[in-house]
Amino acid sequence: MHYHKILVIGGGLAGLRAAIECAPKADTAIISQVHPVRSHSGAAQGGVNAPLANNPEAKDDTWEKHAFDTIKGSDYLADQDSVEYMTKEAGPCIYEIEHWGCPFSRTDEGKIAQRPFGGAGYPRTCFAADKTGMFMLHTLWEVSVKMNIPLYEDRVMVDLVLDGDTCRGVICLNLRTGELEPFMAEAVIIASGGSGQIYGRSTNALISTGSAQSTCFRRGVPLKDMEFVQFHPTSLFGTNILMTEGARGEGGYLVNSLGERFMSKYASKAMELAPRDIVSRSIQTEINEGRGIDGKDFVHLDLRHLGREKILERLPGIRDLAINFVDVDPIEKPVPIQPGQHYSMGGIDTDVHGATKFKGLYAAGECGCVSVHGANRLGGNSLLDTVVFGKMSGRAAAEHVLGKAKLKEGEGAMNKCLREAKAKIDSLLARSGTENHADIRAEMKETMIKKVGIYRDKAPMEEALQKIRELKERYQRITVQNKGKSYNVDLFRAFELEGMLDVAEAIVVGALNREESRGAHSRLDFKERDDAKFLRHTIATYTAKGIEISYSPVKITKYKPEARRY
Amino acid sequence: MTEGEIPIKVQRFDPTADKLPYWQTFNVKLKPGMTVLDALFEVLNHQDGTLGFRFCCRAGVCGSCAMVIGGKTRLACETQMSQFMGKGDLMISPLPHQKVVKDLAVDYTHFFDRIKKVKPYLVGKEPYPEKEFIQLPKERTPINEPIDCILCGSCTSACTMAWTNSDYLGPAALMKSYRFLVDTRDSIPEQRMDIVESESGVWRCHTQFNCVEVCPKKLNPTEAIQRMKIKAVKRKLFGKRALKK
Repeated sequence: MHYHKILVIGGGLAGLRAAIECAPKADTAIISQVHPVRSHSGAAQGGVNAPLANNPEAKDDTWEKHAFDTIKGSDYLADQDSVEYMTKEAGPCIYEIEHWGCPFSRTDEGKIAQRPFGGAGYPRTCFAADKTGMFMLHTLWEVSVKMNIPLYEDRVMVDLVLDGDTCRGVICLNLRTGELEPFMAEAVIIASGGSGQIYGRSTNALISTGSAQSTCFRRGVPLKDMEFVQFHPTSLFGTNILMTEGARGEGGYLVNSLGERFMSKYASKAMELAPRDIVSRSIQTEINEGRGIDGKDFVHLDLRHLGREKILERLPGIRDLAINFVDVDPIEKPVPIQPGQHYSMGGIDTDVHGATKFKGLYAAGECGCVSVHGANRLGGNSLLDTVVFGKMSGRAAAEHVLGKAKLKEGEGAMNKCLREAKAKIDSLLARSGTENHADIRAEMKETMIKKVGIYRDKAPMEEALQKIRELKERYQRITVQNKGKSYNVDLFRAFELEGMLDVAEAIVVGALNREESRGAHSRLDFKERDDAKFLRHTIATYTAKGIEISYSPVKITKYKPEARRY
Repeated sequence: MTEGEIPIKVQRFDPTADKLPYWQTFNVKLKPGMTVLDALFEVLNHQDGTLGFRFCCRAGVCGSCAMVIGGKTRLACETQMSQFMGKGDLMISPLPHQKVVKDLAVDYTHFFDRIKKVKPYLVGKEPYPEKEFIQLPKERTPINEPIDCILCGSCTSACTMAWTNSDYLGPAALMKSYRFLVDTRDSIPEQRMDIVESESGVWRCHTQFNCVEVCPKKLNPTEAIQRMKIKAVKRKLFGKRALKK
């Protein structure tokens, strides 16, 4: 049995930052399905928010203003004490990663360059061209190499070992050997990323299936605010590959079939730089009302007026993507875009330390929910979330471990869980039903984007719930064609689908129960925000009888909920 | 042409079951915008669930799906299928000269081991400033290109010098080294040059330009290597001051 004092599940930004924090204090290892530099954090483009006041137009920016923008952006569902913590830590965390080598773009004076982003009062999004996530990811991986942090790659976490109220470790499937491996630990930090692949039209990486998150859910770890799903306004038509918000931050326009900059109708002051929930709804309304380009499901992102030089310097990555995937050079032609599923505001319910209700179990990054994003995350705050709360959870896990009197307890629980995981994988491999799990996955994705998407209504969501439950039932009759041991893609795709269906169900149930419109959750049958009834977090718990919904209070410090206008 | 089927001929190999690799042909119906990665998923989902390949971002930034497609090393996720219509079998095989985990999925252990040998991290100049290091835009210019490397392994697996000497650091690791060597914030140019000048370093590069030819990000590791050769010669001639940034 493998043993490390702390295990970090996931090698993206949150996981790496957590491991870097706790490794000097306690023996730490990273477990990841892919090599860390392959993680989905690397697809983040536009930047990371911190009130550094480096931009001449942001001289009087402060952490309080950043906190206010974040809370207003969240439609007041974020916990304000956690947001204040994040925005206070933002500057130090960004300077730290710069000191570690992150190659940020520079101002003329040689400081970290900052650009405007949606929903922000000042240009406070620190950027490195339009590849900020990739550079931050490579930088943190480089630090992990310097620190010699052990890495177990090509591992899929298939079970979480709980022993009463205490976490004892995880069970992993080694994709190279096909064997199950028990990993015992004193603390486990889940940093496995989002679950965007539950949806059709997702900007997320193909491995962003929420697999580790759903495994925790199934073992009784509650998920918070799962109905809040962010749709990014600008994903490429056809593939839904991300076109950064930085494109609008640099001055890009959104244009409908009539040639109008239609955002003037929806957010006359902020225009294209309104928060993502508002811009996505505006685009969808234009499309629904027949003003998509050529009557189709897309509008144009027009960058031509920025000029060749600025596009090549500031937005080279999305230019390459547009050329490669839709054969459009943004220097010469407008880019066809549509909203795409992008981010889960919700996740594993944690406190500001990343701690869950189970001793020794932590979560950080997109798979977790502190909550700092509430009902709608601001662009540039997800990368910030990963480094601030990755660090925080690493620190908290190390303190927990150093304070423990007895180590290596729970061998019984580990062995029991290993047997259960083995039985589960064996039964998956033995199944020979008539259902194709890839088809079930496709139907789930289609159902979620069509019926639990940008605009929601009771009847379609009830249909979605029924469909998800039908798919769960059909899942029992799938076949895993590949019985082999080496890199069995068929097996791990089949395994993760079961968890995706659970998380999909949690999203729909949460959305049906929340009879209001708030942030990214926009109901046609309940158009107003209802603070009296719903200024609270949804908590979804997996039980033998099904998913149970309860609510927990939102922490308000000094920002009283008011109407959001931009 | 945008309609019809494309026969894709995939190299198959399971090291735990097969003695030798073999080729297998699948017919894939072309769809608008279909990439090679989409085609592989089409095979996996509806024709043969035993196919093995790596994938992640499907947007050309993570470096998971580099493989040899139609005789050229490319990223499967950003290679359009339509260009191969009517051109016979589309041959797809794993990155050359790498240990195969399964079919098109290779083992990157050796690749990353060599990256780790070049101290692939910044060692900043002490004392650290309270805020960020000041780096003027013109001082950042030299790192603009090498930081774009996604570590997909295409270059090192295309380098015949790396094939014949498994200790040779290879183009990816050497460009990583160059990336820090020319970063004005870094403080250990001497140590870095000791590594790149070593037995396994820049002098093993025979300027075949294979790495440049295959890089999906259009980077130029050969140029970085030659610039380090120049630095190495200057250091021999003029000592430490030759490395001043």
